[in-house]
Amino acid sequence: MTSATSPELDRLIQLLARLPGLGPRSARRAVLHLIKKREQLLVPLADALHSAAEHITICATCGNVDTSDPCAICVDPRRDPATLCVVEDVSDLWALERAKATRGRYHVLGGTLSPLDGIGPDDLSIAPLVARAKDPAVTEVILAVNATVEGQTTAHYVTDMLHDADVKVTRLAHGVPVGGELDYLDDGTLAAAMRSRTPF
Amino acid sequence: MEWHDDGIILGLRRHGETSAIVELFTPSHGRHLGLVRGGRSRRQQVVLQPGNSVHATWRARLDEHLGTFVIEPDVSRAAALMESQTALYAFATLAAHIRLLPERDPHPEIFVRFMEALPLLPDPQAGAQEIVRFELTLLADLGFGLDLTECASTGGRQELVFVSPKSGRAVSREAGIPYADRLLKLPEFLRLEDADASTDDLAAGFALTGYFLKRHVFEPRRIALPVERERLIARLKS
Repeated sequence: MTSATSPELDRLIQLLARLPGLGPRSARRAVLHLIKKREQLLVPLADALHSAAEHITICATCGNVDTSDPCAICVDPRRDPATLCVVEDVSDLWALERAKATRGRYHVLGGTLSPLDGIGPDDLSIAPLVARAKDPAVTEVILAVNATVEGQTTAHYVTDMLHDADVKVTRLAHGVPVGGELDYLDDGTLAAAMRSRTPF
Repeated sequence: MEWHDDGIILGLRRHGETSAIVELFTPSHGRHLGLVRGGRSRRQQVVLQPGNSVHATWRARLDEHLGTFVIEPDVSRAAALMESQTALYAFATLAAHIRLLPERDPHPEIFVRFMEALPLLPDPQAGAQEIVRFELTLLADLGFGLDLTECASTGGRQELVFVSPKSGRAVSREAGIPYADRLLKLPEFLRLEDADASTDDLAAGFALTGYFLKRHVFEPRRIALPVERERLIARLKS
């Protein structure tokens, strides 16, 4: 029995189905949509993918993804060289950039310590971070890792590793989120918020 | 297949985009893994943090399947653990020790000791004492228990201050003094439940359990003692 789709389309569907959020059915729908919008979507998407595959690289300094190495953030003279913001993943860096939360530079660890997944200190970008923190221009390292047990274990480990670097180590506050109602918060978050209360 | 049990979350790993594989330690079903559908949702992520106590229901078509957990929160400890570096290292040490046990094999005595240790972990001194006691229980459970009740040489029960590295039995001060450099120290808090432990006592306790764990448990498996344990000991000394 012959297939209803050509091998090229089958391959496209298979590849798209491997993307996060897409399964075979949704990939099939996406491919049909791309074919219907050939000029507006399919061709520009193909060009964009080709260009990305050609030019995107990982910044050897901070671990960000960009078209240049060092990345645009690392070479931006308007960035504060005294502050290094440590994040778990590039998606966290993008989130902080969207929020315009810091004018400092970044360092992407590439994950967290995770015994269940077999991820140890050598699998993360901790040694390059320590080397960067020893630069006399750096005065503060902000640990912007997730408020999870694994994230905080990693943060404490990094703090230990930064012991010899002459920098102030800070971390993000834990507690009530903006728009959060106390009644709906879990006990642990509420207790942490109470412990971290500030003068008002 | 279906069972209900209480348990402590030891760890979790991502599975797909929305689910998580959770590692639970339970009194009746031992260390047990299972899939939590929607385990990466905002509501579930708060519950599925290592250290939290939960009520779990496990279901699978066959016993050998991974199965799925439905998890309800009981006691939230993760936030308290996150506040303290020693508590996080201590918890990671305990979790690493529990991972030495085979999956789905109940170890009720170890579970009881684990439950006793958990609330004390945010206190560095009390938490460290509990870890040393936990390690003694673990050694006993694995068949390498130490006899700290009477002197291996005289049979006496007073002034037990050493442990023989060969037999794992206590040795009194009088009998042990000539061989003190070859014997391990037995800190007082391991003989008397209410005794306070100094930093040196804790170091001696970790050296004692570390020696036998290494010899009987870790070296035969060709693995090293957990790095978190070393970090915890270093932290307690500083």
